[in-house]
Amino acid sequence: MTNWKAYRPLLLPPIRGLDRIEVYEQHGGYEALRRVLAEWTPARVIEEVKASGLRGRGGAGFSTGLKWSFMPPPDGRPRYLCVNGDESEPGTFKDRQILEFNPHLLIEGALIAAYAIQATAIYLYIRGEYADWIDRVEVALLQARERGYIGERVLGTDWSIAFYVHRGAGAYICGEESALMESIEGKRAYPRQKPPFPAQRGLWGRPTTINNVETLANVPLIIRHGAEWYNQIGAPKHPGPILYGISGHVNRPGVYELPSGMPIETLIYEVAGGIRGGKRLKAVIPGGSSTPPLRADQIAGVTMDAESLRAAGSMMGTAGMVVLDEDTDMVRVLVRIAEFYHHESCGQCTPCREGTGWLVKILRRIERGEGKPADLELLLEICNQMEGRTVCALADAAAWPVRHTIQRFREEFEARCRGSLFSVPEPIPSTSQ
Amino acid sequence: MATEYTFSAEELARIADIRRRYPTARAALMPVLWMAQEKFGWLSRGVIELVAQTLGLSPAEVYGVATFYTMYHTEAHGRYVLDLCTCLSCQVLGAEELLHYLEERLGVRDGQTTPDGLFTIRHTECLGACGSGPVLMLNNRRYVHRLSRERLDQLLEELRQGRIPEFESIPLPERHWENEEPS
Ligand SMILES: Cc1cc2nc3c(=O)[nH]c(=O)nc-3n(C[C@H](O)[C@H](O)[C@H](O)COP(=O)(O)O)c2cc1C
Ligand code: SF4
Ligand code: FES
Repeated sequence: MTNWKAYRPLLLPPIRGLDRIEVYEQHGGYEALRRVLAEWTPARVIEEVKASGLRGRGGAGFSTGLKWSFMPPPDGRPRYLCVNGDESEPGTFKDRQILEFNPHLLIEGALIAAYAIQATAIYLYIRGEYADWIDRVEVALLQARERGYIGERVLGTDWSIAFYVHRGAGAYICGEESALMESIEGKRAYPRQKPPFPAQRGLWGRPTTINNVETLANVPLIIRHGAEWYNQIGAPKHPGPILYGISGHVNRPGVYELPSGMPIETLIYEVAGGIRGGKRLKAVIPGGSSTPPLRADQIAGVTMDAESLRAAGSMMGTAGMVVLDEDTDMVRVLVRIAEFYHHESCGQCTPCREGTGWLVKILRRIERGEGKPADLELLLEICNQMEGRTVCALADAAAWPVRHTIQRFREEFEARCRGSLFSVPEPIPSTSQ
Repeated sequence: MATEYTFSAEELARIADIRRRYPTARAALMPVLWMAQEKFGWLSRGVIELVAQTLGLSPAEVYGVATFYTMYHTEAHGRYVLDLCTCLSCQVLGAEELLHYLEERLGVRDGQTTPDGLFTIRHTECLGACGSGPVLMLNNRRYVHRLSRERLDQLLEELRQGRIPEFESIPLPERHWENEEPS
């Protein structure tokens, strides 16, 4: 990544008043939607997005075009697009910038996606805490409706689309796609067993596609400039602009839009201005609390894309990067992460409901200096019992940071246990470091 | 049983409007719970019954949903509810110390309401504003960013005078390298 300094933002360009529809239109807004409705078949939109290489920005990084192609052919009955604006993974605060600074880009992207999958209605799910931003988005939707981009016979074509906002009410699990649908249906947000997948049986049992806010904001860019232009940006296998949310112990925290595949070191030291107080780096959590932390000595040459991060032993997640300095108490950090997942477990599956509770209990005991000899192995054993055994991936998201933080900062955990009345624990086998 | 809680004709019209957004009455439940909470302050038994009746659901169904989501209040609370984020990014910036400071200042513990009924303080999970943390949310809506002891003192003072802070737009961080000479 040599010329990242020359990159100019596309998702969050520095244009004053871009949240107003007339300003957005002055800068080419809604032209992609017009072009698609006038000239493109839905299948062509899907092909273009597939060719662009766009991967989901909600955490899993799945190919967006491929996901759209799973929708069955229309049968005249309702089908849905859900936009995931639940944004609750600790360390993640990027979708909110789109809602605030460029809501029409999201609206245009959602409309193009809805056309591609031939949806009849769009539900934009926004976490309840974002009430002030929901009001802003509602204003933008009203403007788009007045201009004929939303509603019956959009722009005089025979395609019609409804577009609604659904306000959440405080539950991280609603970000999981099937829980999100349960929540829209007015229920407790218990994730559904899969299969069937949403494209087969989604909202009210009808074919449904779920995409993240940032993912959909990329779609108008792809239509405007073409798939080929798009997949030249950033890392070849994970192309496009990324909203890097950088928080923790950096001098200049915030959301920075840059190409995918940025070196972690560049993001910390050049983009975000380095570590506060001139301290040294201890660890980086690259993409939200569920992604395994990397030690300072593990980040050399690692770039922010799925491939590089996997090789380094972590994940891209939401690109919400938390930077931790040398004074950080990793035991305390891990206790708090574990508490988060315990609080947010919906309680449906025993390994998750009980497992997250045990993780918290044992980690707190270690933090208090009352760790027992076998506690570290016990924690890893609980992780084994949680991973891959539950209805949704929350249990995995809870287990990964525990497993990897213990493996990568073992001395800190052992030192805490050493302070106890018990003897030092056995070393932990470091298999999947 | 007649309930002491009612929706006005105008509110019922709004509810009818909400119902048109969804194919089932059940799906209108969350928006209607929001309306009810904003009107009555919290979802007491009587309010739950009103919502159930209005949408043709059982009170148990409504209560089940209300208790699943942390932002629905199923208990009474103070005039100002301060939800302070102590999650990952805010924690490492000292949010837990700020929570203890609030506890000391107000003489109540996490989760409690001051005797004068003015403040309820709670710790909360990530609010999605990690880059401007530590952060708190006031009354399920207004974010107060970049907290410090001084900022908290000031906020409590403002609230005591009945002044709610304005919406604060946190600008995107400066792209300082764009002004540099290309090397
Ligand atoms: C526990 C859990 C929480 C999630 N939270 C979110 C979220 O807040 N926002 C989001 O976009 N995706 C979230 N996801 C991922 C979604 O299930 C889904 O994969 C995503 O919205 C798909 O959009 P994309 O393909 O555009 O990334 C979560 C997944 C899990 C398992
Ligand atoms: S894994 Fe956890 S959050 Fe997911 S469905 Fe099971 S209990 Fe609920
Ligand atoms: S951790 Fe506090 S807002 Fe995200």
